[in-house]
Amino acid sequence: MLKVYIPCDSVARAVGADQVAEALQREAERRQLAVDIQRTSSRGLYWLEPLVECDSAQGRQGFGPVTADDVPALLDALAGQPQAHGLALGLVEDIAYLKSQQRLLFARAGVTRPLSLDDYRAHGGFAGLERAVALDGAEVVAAVLDSGLRGRGGAAFPAGIKWRTVRDAGAGQKYVVCNADEGDSGTFADRMLMEGDPFLLIEGMIIAGLAVGADKGYIYVRSEYPDAIRVLDQAFAIARDAGYLGDDVAGSGQAFDLEVRVGAGAYICGEETALLESLEGKRGIVRAKPPLPALQGLFGLPTLVHNVLTLASVPIILAKGAAFYRDFGMGRSLGTMPFQLAGNIRHGGLVERAFGLTLRELVEGYGGGTASGRPLKAAQVGGPLGAWVPPSHFDTPLDYEAFAAMGAMLGHGGVVVADDTLNMASMARFALQFCAEESCGKCTPCRIGSTRGMEVVDRLIATTDFTERHDQALLLRDLCDTMQYGSLCAMGGMTAYPVASALKYFPADFGLTHTEAAQ
Amino acid sequence: MPDELLHLPLIHSILAREKDTPGALLPILHAIQQDIGFVPDAAVPEIAHALNLSLAEVRGVISFYHDFRTTAPARHTLRLCRAESCQSRGAEALAAQLRDQLALDDHGTSADGAISLRPVYCLGACACSPALELDGQLHARLTPERLRALVNGCLEGETC
Repeated sequence: MLKVYIPCDSVARAVGADQVAEALQREAERRQLAVDIQRTSSRGLYWLEPLVECDSAQGRQGFGPVTADDVPALLDALAGQPQAHGLALGLVEDIAYLKSQQRLLFARAGVTRPLSLDDYRAHGGFAGLERAVALDGAEVVAAVLDSGLRGRGGAAFPAGIKWRTVRDAGAGQKYVVCNADEGDSGTFADRMLMEGDPFLLIEGMIIAGLAVGADKGYIYVRSEYPDAIRVLDQAFAIARDAGYLGDDVAGSGQAFDLEVRVGAGAYICGEETALLESLEGKRGIVRAKPPLPALQGLFGLPTLVHNVLTLASVPIILAKGAAFYRDFGMGRSLGTMPFQLAGNIRHGGLVERAFGLTLRELVEGYGGGTASGRPLKAAQVGGPLGAWVPPSHFDTPLDYEAFAAMGAMLGHGGVVVADDTLNMASMARFALQFCAEESCGKCTPCRIGSTRGMEVVDRLIATTDFTERHDQALLLRDLCDTMQYGSLCAMGGMTAYPVASALKYFPADFGLTHTEAAQ
Repeated sequence: MPDELLHLPLIHSILAREKDTPGALLPILHAIQQDIGFVPDAAVPEIAHALNLSLAEVRGVISFYHDFRTTAPARHTLRLCRAESCQSRGAEALAAQLRDQLALDDHGTSADGAISLRPVYCLGACACSPALELDGQLHARLTPERLRALVNGCLEGETC
C-alpha cells in the first residue's frame, strides 16, 4: 500500500494541503489504488508547502509545492520513476535546508501525527517526564538551571531561576501559565508547535507543574490561532485518558491539569503581567513589577509564566540531560533556537539551529535572499518591536548579547525580510501607529509617546526646510529615548527599536542626508 | 432593543455554566459571541450581576479587546493581515484594492451587510505572506487576483 504524508498544519492548509489530500484520495479510488494518507505536522519548509511525502525503501521522498492539479501526474510518477517528476525533491531528510538544522524542539515536525500518542511515544515522547517523575522536584529545577535555558519569549531571563523562585514560594496553590499569545509579526514557531506537537508542550508543562508544586496550568492562546486551540483541547482529552493529566500524573502521585484560555485580539496580552490580568478576566493592563509573577502572579499566587518554546525545551533537557542541551549555542545563549524566516524571503520557514550562526547565514544561506529577487534592504529581527538590521550588520551572530550590543534584540526569533521597495520611514511610522493602537494605556511614554511619534514622523517626512527637518529628527530620537527608558513594559520601551534603527540606518527614507542623520 | 431579550435564556445558561470558573469573564464573552454572533447590550447587566462586577467593569473589558463586537456581524468577515511580514509582500496594495473594490474603509461594513473588513496584525502565516482570514478560513500566498475572487465569492454566492 502506498503511504503518503500530507501536513495538516494551518498554513499548509491555507496554501491548499486539504485540496491535495482530497484529490489524492479521489484519484487513488478512481485507479483502485490502495493508499494510506497520514496527516502529519509540517516540516516548516513553508515555501515547499503543500509538501507531499511518500514512503520508499530509502526513506520519505518529497514532492512540493504540490497542487490538486498535480495529483494524477504525481501518482503516475510514483508508479514508475518518482524522481523524474518535476516537483520531486529527493529524500526529504536530505534537503539541505533541513539536513543542516539541529532540531531538538522540532525533531518530530513533519514526521508524526499531532494527536497520535503512539507516534509521540515512538519518537522519544514522555522520556523527559519519566525521568522527572523519578527525580525530586529540586533536582528537576537544578537540571533546568544547569541547562542554561533562557526564556524564549523575548526577555531571555534564565528559566531555572524562575523555577526556583516559584518552587521556594511556600506551599499552597500555584500555577503554571504558558504564554502562547504569539502576536509578533514574522513568528510562527509557537503556532507550529501547538498545532503539530501538542504533547511536547503538555509534557513540558507537566514537568514544570510537578517541579514547582503547581497543580493547575493554563495555556493562553491568541484567538487568531483557532487550529492550535482545537488541537490542544483534543490533546488534553487524550492525555487525560492516558493518565498524563489528572489526579495522579504519570504515576507521580501528584495532580496536574491543563486548560486553554483564548485571547481576544489584544497584542499587549503577550506581555506576561497583562496576560495574567486577562486570565483573571480583566482588561489586559500591564502590572508594575515588583511584585514578580513568580511570587504574586495569577490571582495573586505564585505563578511560573513561560513562552511555549521555553516549556517545550524542558522535556529534552530532562530526557537527554542538562549537559547535552548546554553543549549547543554560544556564550550565555545556550541550546537551540527555532528561527522563523518570513516576509519577502525566497525560502520562508522554520530553521532550528544552535545560537551563534550569523544573520547572513540565516537570511542568505537558508532564506536564499528576497522572494521578489530585488536587493535586500533590511531584516527586522524579533517582531514588531525589533530593530531593522541593514545587510552591513548581517554578520552578527544570533546571540542574545551580540544583538543587544548593537541596539537590537533576538526576541522570539522571528526574522522579517524586506527588499528595497519597502520604505523605512513608513515602517517607523507603522511601529508607532501599532503601539498607539495596542498600548494598554497605563504609562504615559507608551500611550502618548506613540501618537506624538507618528506626528513627528509625518512632519519629518513632509518638511523641506533644513532646520525644521533637523529639529524633528532630534525630537524623534529624543522621544525614542523617553519611550525606551520611561515605559513600564517592553511594548512602549521597545517600540523605539524599529523607529530608531530605521532613522539610523535609512535616513534617506525620511528625507535626511547621512550627515543630518549623524548629528 | 427588545429583540436582544430573546437571547437572555442562552446568556443565562452560559452564566450558570461558567460563572464559578476562575477568571470567567473572557470565557463567558467568547461563549456569548460564539452563540449569538456578538455580545448584546442586554448581556452586560446579567454578566455583571453573575460575576459581582460593575457594569463599567464589564463594558471596559468588552471594549478593550478587539475581538468583541456589540452589534451583529456582516455575513462575511474578511481580516487582511497588515503586519510587517505581509506588508513586505504587498499587503498595503491589497488593502487599497479591497477599499477600492468595496468602496469601504479598512474597518468598513458594506451597506447590505454582506461583508465586513477588519485589519488583523499577524495570522502566523508569515512564511507564506500575504495572508488573510475569511470567515475563519486562512488563505496565504495571496495575489490580487485571488483576493478579488474571494471577495466576489462573498458578494455573489453568499457561501464562501
